[in-house]
Amino acid sequence: MYNYLSGGFLAYLNRDLLLGIRNKSDLIKPLIFFLLVSALVPLAIAPEADRLAQLAPGIIWIFAVLATLLSVERLFSDDLQDGSLEQMLISPNLLILPILGKITAHWLMIGLPLALLSPVIGVWLSLPSVAFVPMMLSLAIGTAVLSLIGAVGAALTLPRQGGVLLALLVMPLYMPVLIFGSATIQSAVDGLTWTAPLAILAAFLAIAIALCPLAINVSLRLAKNG
Amino acid sequence: MNLNLQWTWFHRLGSPRWFYQKTQRWLPWLCLIMLSLLVVGLVWGLAFAPPDAKQGNSFRIIYLHVPASVVALAGYYLMAISGAVGLIWRIKLSYMLMRSAAPIGAALTFIALVTGAIWGKPTWGAYWVWDARITSMLILLFLYLGVMALRHAYSSNEAADKASAILGLVGMVNVPIIYKSVDWWQTLHQPATIKFTGAPSMHPDMFMPLVVMIVGFYTFYAVTLILFTRIEILRREYRASWVKQLVENNSAEK
Repeated sequence: MYNYLSGGFLAYLNRDLLLGIRNKSDLIKPLIFFLLVSALVPLAIAPEADRLAQLAPGIIWIFAVLATLLSVERLFSDDLQDGSLEQMLISPNLLILPILGKITAHWLMIGLPLALLSPVIGVWLSLPSVAFVPMMLSLAIGTAVLSLIGAVGAALTLPRQGGVLLALLVMPLYMPVLIFGSATIQSAVDGLTWTAPLAILAAFLAIAIALCPLAINVSLRLAKNG
Repeated sequence: MNLNLQWTWFHRLGSPRWFYQKTQRWLPWLCLIMLSLLVVGLVWGLAFAPPDAKQGNSFRIIYLHVPASVVALAGYYLMAISGAVGLIWRIKLSYMLMRSAAPIGAALTFIALVTGAIWGKPTWGAYWVWDARITSMLILLFLYLGVMALRHAYSSNEAADKASAILGLVGMVNVPIIYKSVDWWQTLHQPATIKFTGAPSMHPDMFMPLVVMIVGFYTFYAVTLILFTRIEILRREYRASWVKQLVENNSAEK
């Protein structure tokens, strides 16, 4: 039997993944950005391994935040332009599952590839190899939180299509994720227990999954009318 | 039936007209209280309170810095809660309060940051350090600016009000999280330079003027909020008959 609830989730997940795969340049842009700016760091600062390794945890996380911010803007605006957002909003129900489906697709296309790509940047910035697994885990969990919070900002700024306003709204809210994300990598480098900050990141994810779709649901309905 | 009776006061409170007329009578008294508190607090704090043992006279900026910070933070909660009240009970007045609270709060946060920087130079040796409180205040400023800027994204007042209210609520969930995470981050980095030189327990001679100033700033906040909201009421309710009559009476007097 067709399950109505998981159907809403899976339908939007499939649809957005399919759109992403067919439009590869949008998919690759944030990843290229992530790689390119990381390659600039040694040139701008110094090619010394010690100094780079010291800066690496923070730099990797800052670039991950910027790469997510670049891509999250398009999360709803394309749907608004081609009219499919109105189709979604016709439903009188809470749209939590379709929204979560869209955000999951975004994370699968941006956050997860960033996490998988991060060891390359770790090598470039001479990050100690003990920190690679914590880095990938913290990026995988953290970018999911960034996608959820970013989606709230994208939904709120939908009439203006994101831009600087989106960055202004979302950046302050990204601060805790940035802190605990880079703390996870830093703790691993220093030989401390890196699971503690990672657990806090996972707690943020749990809160964000529960609350962000509610806020997005209300703001999407507003954006359609406003 | 009974429930309806109990809630009429609440809805009367939400009427812009009622607010406009009541505050007209409150304002002179509030202004009087505000002026006397601020004058007494400033003269007491700046001229009569004893100088600090370590910081000398430079600590006196506390009488501006602390009240501004306290009211800026409380103002964020006032803004977010009035936004929530607007969302839940659909009361126009609370949206107007929310909209008026944002620029006032942003200005107070800015004052707190600037006075903090000026105070920081003689005591910490730097205008800016990434202390937990300073960082949170900076983020609070961004949150206020975000609420102010979001308005311009919407063409209708109604949608803009609701969007700002949602953003305010999202920020309210985040303010404690941001504060705790910055605090945690700061203890992880263990900066050596940051210490509050003033003892946590202040001498009553110094503390009493501070209390007067904090209460004074709260009344100042109330007065500015009322004035901003009154303008907002007139701006939004310009079609209402009582506003038209008000304008006619005013021009007749002149």
